[in-house]
Amino acid sequence: MDTVAIPGRRAAALQQAQRDGPLRRGPLHLAILIICLIWMIPTVGLLISSFRPPALVSTTGWWMAFTPPFIFTLENYQRVLTTNNMAQSFVNSLFVTIPATVMPILIAAFAAYAFAWMDFPGRNWLFLAVVGLLVVPLQTTLIPVLRLFTALGLTGTFLAIWLAHTGYGLPFAIYLLRNFFGGLPREMFESAYLDGAGTWTVFFRLVLPVSVPAIASLAIFQFMWVWNDLLVALVYLGGQPSVAPMPVTISNLVNSLGQDWQLLTAAAFISMALPLVIFFSLQRYFTHGILAGSVKG
Amino acid sequence: MADRLLLAAIVVFGVPAALVAYISVVEGVLMRLIPFKQQPRARPWLWLLPALAFLLVFLVYPTLNTLALSLQDAQSEHFVGLANYAYVLTDGTMLMALRNNAIWLVLFTLLTVAFGLLIAVLTDRVSYESAAKAVIFLPMAISFVAAGVIWKFMYDYRPPGVPQTGTVNAVLTGLFPGFEPQAWLINPPWNNVALIVAAVWVWTGFCMVILSAGLKGISTEVLEAARVDGANEWQVFWRIIVPLLGSTIAVVATTMIITALKAFDIVYVMTNGNFDTEVIANRMYKEMFNARDFGRASAIAVILLLAIIPVMLLNLKRFREQEAIR
Repeated sequence: MDTVAIPGRRAAALQQAQRDGPLRRGPLHLAILIICLIWMIPTVGLLISSFRPPALVSTTGWWMAFTPPFIFTLENYQRVLTTNNMAQSFVNSLFVTIPATVMPILIAAFAAYAFAWMDFPGRNWLFLAVVGLLVVPLQTTLIPVLRLFTALGLTGTFLAIWLAHTGYGLPFAIYLLRNFFGGLPREMFESAYLDGAGTWTVFFRLVLPVSVPAIASLAIFQFMWVWNDLLVALVYLGGQPSVAPMPVTISNLVNSLGQDWQLLTAAAFISMALPLVIFFSLQRYFTHGILAGSVKG
Repeated sequence: MADRLLLAAIVVFGVPAALVAYISVVEGVLMRLIPFKQQPRARPWLWLLPALAFLLVFLVYPTLNTLALSLQDAQSEHFVGLANYAYVLTDGTMLMALRNNAIWLVLFTLLTVAFGLLIAVLTDRVSYESAAKAVIFLPMAISFVAAGVIWKFMYDYRPPGVPQTGTVNAVLTGLFPGFEPQAWLINPPWNNVALIVAAVWVWTGFCMVILSAGLKGISTEVLEAARVDGANEWQVFWRIIVPLLGSTIAVVATTMIITALKAFDIVYVMTNGNFDTEVIANRMYKEMFNARDFGRASAIAVILLLAIIPVMLLNLKRFREQEAIR
């Protein structure tokens, strides 16, 4: 799936542009422009509404913000952060997400290394089982795991959701890392072993350092997946505000605030802020993670 | 708060340290206590152990257990045979959910793949490709809950005569005088389409990225040769690009089919399955938490699993073919 742009492609495109002249390419640019506009409007409307006073949001469309009087306010953000539990939820989301990103990646790295570079009977069948588990819907695991957590007294605790996300994230993480590790050159390992390095040294000093790009992609992907998750949090954490991450809090606000769009839009934007920062700064890694694994259960 | 920070510190630094310590102990024991020749036999299993334990506890065992629970009553006390399936497959709301998931499956898959392919092909020809693709891909970074809020706001409804605050109604009433504003999320069957549109907005970027990467793998010479032979852009697209991208399109489409079958967040946030928009995953959640009927909820989960199994087998087949090439 991973392909390198073919050199000369850009040149060929430019040649064609010159051949066609600006007139024939006009519709192309227009089509792309329109599609991009349509895709941006929903987010832009949300962002603008979150800065408008309540009275205006409920009576006029967000595009009227561009006409006088230009009234904007930070009051909505202040309100959702203080009275609607969004500040607490933001902290909760960080609490849920960081361990739930670190744990599966490290555990998957061990397993992926074994799958890629150790020989053992049943290796291919076991890995095939991991590929099968990629698409198992979460729904088939919810009730037994919830009962298990209840029996252990873990329901509603962060530990429960860390463990659950680790389990759910593993098939994809193992799959992606095994494919990456498997692509490393054999000579690299042979020379390391000849130099007397043990498996521990090869893994921590050699394999992990050269795999930073793959691990970064995976980390971003897992981070986004956990940060944006609603179902797992809803089931294992329950609705208590003290532990609820942002998707759970916002979905509750949708019910309780109903038409208070200025607050809902502000809350939604708070939950989007961190993913958007990550998206814009690490876009390359983000798309790599998707390209590497294209199937996620 | 202080004890929370302590917990956070323990987890963020302690868990990786514990995992590294585990491997260190494993290697230490192997090197010192096991004869050199025996080491390669024991080592893989010890490296796999944490992962296998998690997979067994959180995926394999629960799936098997759900199969068993689906044959038992609400409190999982008595065996009831196929009664849960009989109920679920004749219940009105569940049939509605199955119908809606079928609509999702067809419409959502078709639209995401078609738009993804269209945008990949269009942006491939311009110099600002990466910027345009970033715009389309951006919704993937947003949670479905936030996307639900965004689109609920887009579909907002005000009675005729009052200024419309929802973008969709405002645009339509502005463009077509005499257009009656619609309550998009309430009027069936179009409210299903409204939900699917929101999901398409999120997932098109995903399809675009994969298809675009596939497109870059088609050599320019092939396309140029066709053009020199007199093929127009339309023919190049349908006769060359689409066939050559066949396997990539299949990958994307199967992923979208799974997404459609598992649709939950958007429906939960925007309509919660009211007004004839119920879907399987939301139905299961309601049986589980509102009705507290674990038997029926498990039966619904099994139905979902059965629907996904063909896709799983397809994935496995494709994977084995890829491995054969490696």
